Amino acid sequence: MSELTITAIRLGLLVLLWAFIFSIVGVLRGDIYGSRVVTRSRDGRSTRTEAPKRPPRAVRKGPTHLAVVDGSMRGITVPLAESGVLIGRNPECTLVLSDDFASGRHARVYRDGDGWFVDDLGSTNGTFVGNQRVGEHLPLTEGAHIRIGRTVLEVRK
Amino acid sequence: MSTVSTVTPRTRRGTELVLLIFAIAIVLVAYANVGIAIKNRLPADIVPMGVGFTVLVLAFHLVLRWRAPYADPVLLPIATLLNGLGLVMIHRLDLANGDTLGQGAAVRQLMWSALSIVVAAVLLIVIKDHRRLRRYTFTFALGGLVLLLLPLLPFIGRSVLGSRIWIGIGGFSFQPSEISKILVVIFFASYLVQTRDALSLVGRRILGFPLPRARDMGPIMIAWLASLAVLVFESDLGTSLLFFGIFVAMLYVATERRSWIAIGLILFLAGSYIAYLLFAHFQERVTLWINPFHPGMSDQIALGLMGMANGGLFGTGLGQGHPELTYFANSDFIIPSFGEELGLVGLTAIILLYVLLVERGLRAGLAARDGFGKLLATGLGFSIALQVFVVIGGVTRVIPLTGLTTPFMSAGGSSLLANWVIIALLLRVSDQARQPTIEQSGPTLGTDDTQVVKTR
Repeated sequence: MSELTITAIRLGLLVLLWAFIFSIVGVLRGDIYGSRVVTRSRDGRSTRTEAPKRPPRAVRKGPTHLAVVDGSMRGITVPLAESGVLIGRNPECTLVLSDDFASGRHARVYRDGDGWFVDDLGSTNGTFVGNQRVGEHLPLTEGAHIRIGRTVLEVRK
Repeated sequence: MSTVSTVTPRTRRGTELVLLIFAIAIVLVAYANVGIAIKNRLPADIVPMGVGFTVLVLAFHLVLRWRAPYADPVLLPIATLLNGLGLVMIHRLDLANGDTLGQGAAVRQLMWSALSIVVAAVLLIVIKDHRRLRRYTFTFALGGLVLLLLPLLPFIGRSVLGSRIWIGIGGFSFQPSEISKILVVIFFASYLVQTRDALSLVGRRILGFPLPRARDMGPIMIAWLASLAVLVFESDLGTSLLFFGIFVAMLYVATERRSWIAIGLILFLAGSYIAYLLFAHFQERVTLWINPFHPGMSDQIALGLMGMANGGLFGTGLGQGHPELTYFANSDFIIPSFGEELGLVGLTAIILLYVLLVERGLRAGLAARDGFGKLLATGLGFSIALQVFVVIGGVTRVIPLTGLTTPFMSAGGSSLLANWVIIALLLRVSDQARQPTIEQSGPTLGTDDTQVVKTR
């Protein structure tokens, strides 16, 4: 075949190679436009806490926070919201525990009248305040320790 | 650590199919070009070759649709194109050496390509989740070390041109360090996920430079000694550099501490200098690096350089240059062969294909949700990058020439097999990374059984 054909094929090959590269780059544009970056917290788990609403003045006299003082999530605090705090391993809980010894819906801390109370929600391993096993409607004082599985929560002001 | 994900997860398998057909078309054009330039007619077997190649790659594509629907869409087309171009160049060099298709290196390479693609597809089917590889952390470490040192054994080890990196059983020879590389990357990824906190947080500062504890230095010292053993006993600088480089890079990625890079570079330079003083073989390489036209020594680098100079900007065209004049033109020196026949423009395109391949590997690492997947994909991507750098750097006199294979292109079955396995693993990690999250978390989180406290 003629010199011209060979030249055409040879240059055509280079053009095709570059066309291939540009089509790949076109596919990859999606990486730059339309991605999102999620920065995870230090333990690699995104802990969602409700936006801390300012509790009404009357409530702020009593305890306002639950702090995790022992267990793998030590250091996390959860505000005691008017609607109560549901604790367990289920993602729907207010405080999601990463504790194999906690139940899905383990316990509930809620407000009744002037004080705060804790209910055990039929958990497998029980909820303890001090040495006492929690049944229903156990009053909480400031500084009380609630033990759930390997996690210990403290009621704080 | 942060995770980058695409907002709307799409499988993009259709895009992959289009790119794949494009890649095959380019390979066939290149094949036709060789036939027309050398024999002045279209190669007679272009149809069966094209159909065979297409069927093989499309089968892999279907496996992806079946087993890894969210896998990265550009990895397979790039690998196919590089492999195909390598095949065409090896075939073209066979023709120049007077071999027909039946007796040359190309047909062996073609069989190895087919085998490698099948192995990669089987791997994708068998490994449904890359995290399962973590169960065999230390098995992989042992396997990697054994494979690395296998060529030193008396009966099966083979010494080829001063480097003892081959094993031969019967008439069949294999380069085990290629497979060993993958096993070692899996081991490093798994090991570093466990220990990175100790490596990155504990330690003291010396002269304002954070140094890890002596006991945490243990593994890096072992890796250094192993790579030095390869350098000393197998006389293979390339493999040694590759292993050590992968380890240092993965340590850096895992711990985010620059001190590892400094320590690694100092150790490597010290090791190289000692090797330079001890081995004549190595001194010759350095002399040829500084002065490739040194009289009385190998003119391989010089021939490669002159070949690339002959190619110029646009190349002589496939089948019209004389790359066969260089020794090992179809394996170690396949890059100068391409440089001569496709020119700077074509060679840049090939290097860019490697860049995109590596970018996709690192990107899979960036998007992976688990630490092991991140490190695995980063390590594999970096290993390709380092290998390409060492090879192309060697033939273009950036660093002393070392015998490493060009991924996907060089003639050689073990290298091809290893690279397709890397592609399979990267596809698996990227599939996990790009899957929509809802399927993974949501209902499964927190629904497993609560552990019961035994009171007795």
